[in-house]
Amino acid sequence: MGEEITAWERVKIARGNTRPTSLDYIGKIFDKFLELHGDRVYGDDGAVVGGIAEIENIPVTIIGHQKGRTIKQNMKRNFGMPNPEGYRKALRLMKQAEKFKRPIICFVDTPGAFCGMEAEERGQAEAIAKNLMELSSLKTPILSIVIGEGGSGGALAMAVADEVWMLENATYSILSPEGFASILWKDSKRAGEAAEIMKITAKDLKDMKIIEKVIPETISEKIEENQEGETLEAQTVLLPTELTIENMDSLAKEMRIQILEFLHQYKNKTIEELIKMRYQRFRKL
Amino acid sequence: MPFTAKETKRNEKAKDIMNQQPQVPEGLFQKCSKCNEIIYTEDIIANYHICPNCNNYFRVSPRTRLSMVLDEGSFQEWDKDLPISDPLNFPGYITKLERLRAASNLDEAVITGEGKLNGISVAIGVMASDFLMGSMGEVVGEKLTRLIEGATKRRLPLIVFSCSGGARMQEGIVSLMQMAKTAGALKRHDEAGLLYISVLTDPTTGGVMASFAMLGDVILAEPGVLAGFAGPRVIEQTIGQKLPEGFQRSEFLLEHGFIDKIVKRSRMRAVLSFLVASCGEKKLEENEALFNEEDVD
Repeated sequence: MGEEITAWERVKIARGNTRPTSLDYIGKIFDKFLELHGDRVYGDDGAVVGGIAEIENIPVTIIGHQKGRTIKQNMKRNFGMPNPEGYRKALRLMKQAEKFKRPIICFVDTPGAFCGMEAEERGQAEAIAKNLMELSSLKTPILSIVIGEGGSGGALAMAVADEVWMLENATYSILSPEGFASILWKDSKRAGEAAEIMKITAKDLKDMKIIEKVIPETISEKIEENQEGETLEAQTVLLPTELTIENMDSLAKEMRIQILEFLHQYKNKTIEELIKMRYQRFRKL
Repeated sequence: MPFTAKETKRNEKAKDIMNQQPQVPEGLFQKCSKCNEIIYTEDIIANYHICPNCNNYFRVSPRTRLSMVLDEGSFQEWDKDLPISDPLNFPGYITKLERLRAASNLDEAVITGEGKLNGISVAIGVMASDFLMGSMGEVVGEKLTRLIEGATKRRLPLIVFSCSGGARMQEGIVSLMQMAKTAGALKRHDEAGLLYISVLTDPTTGGVMASFAMLGDVILAEPGVLAGFAGPRVIEQTIGQKLPEGFQRSEFLLEHGFIDKIVKRSRMRAVLSFLVASCGEKKLEENEALFNEEDVD
């Protein structure tokens, strides 16, 4: 592997416009997916997607922050920044998962919860707080995977889980490095410096025992045929080549294997054991 | 217009007199931050730390708050002086904390413990706005979690006066995790069938608002408190326009259905006593006298 990628470079990679989004992972990892909409209170937030999926005949509930790639998509997705109805939709689907004893898999990818007037009017703080409280004792296994940006309380509201994994170049932080620099040094231009200090990379967070697993971002190269017309194995190389929807297949395949391992491992735990372990996971921090 | 020689002399003399005057003992008078009126400090104290001239609520220290709410002399502090946490090795952070600890007679941005409210035992936490803006790092989260767990174990009602700028930046992601930690502890307190009253005081924002402050069975607020997820400046930057007057204040929260009641400081003890008694074993009638017409909207 070449030179170490800096935290600030990872921030930029995590925010990259061509990086796969939740729906890309859902499509590649799971066998079936039925999207469900709405919070039953106010609306349907495009910044959060959720529904029921199947993986090797195991039904699971999936919830993810959803970013867009184009301006038009991002109008719908609000750049992956949920309003309160996004968190309420997530909680509704999580409660449904609990009822039907489906494990929950969350994909975390948000700059943060949206900071707008309507979000305040509809109780952004209450929506996040309630998710934190309810997830802490939800009676079904929860796995959260940070695939891009894990921004603040907006990310945490979908990461009160039994295990939290991060992709190698994902970040997870109390606030954006820009916000951090602005608050502590009154200068958002020092974001790069802030990123290095904040311990926001997957490796740092694994070392701090905030997360359980770092998933290396191996990427697939084009499958080539040799002279005899046989297909060669997909090559995997490590970064700095950026992960995109075109080269994510080998990563998705690896994630599928690991998710299945998680499901099999947690299937055997009693609810009591599960809730106790989840409580301890956060209690010790 | 230039002063005449006579006027200049007179001014200088006046200045001299001012300088020679015995200094007013510090703290005898206070200037109201809102109406600028100079007020006799004793009058402020007698008026629950509210400006008698313009009704502005001054921020009060946790000790003062406890003395205004609890039965006299009933408070016993828990978990004082937990070790400092500095998970980011943030430059200058430990020095800053040590200086604050020495200067403020507080060990952190929250005081926790137990006390009595009209004879009923309660677990109570009060945040301090003047300790790094009441921000929540590991120690604040740990003290609150121990308070909540202690209340659950001993079957006590819980009261938390929030006052915070949110999660503490200097401790990074560890501060964020305190939101989940406190919320998880509250879930257990809730499942044990116990009462939690959250009281919002000025200001309560960010990670504190988005965790334990919004999770009360009953949520009260003092009048005019700024309380919200994002701070007004951040929202203005996001949407590129000025926020209307009163946005995110107690009255706004009440109107939008996010708090149960706005309670004047002078009535806080009575309202808390009523709630604690009504959710406990003590009969309601005994406490009805506490609940007078003033509290009826």
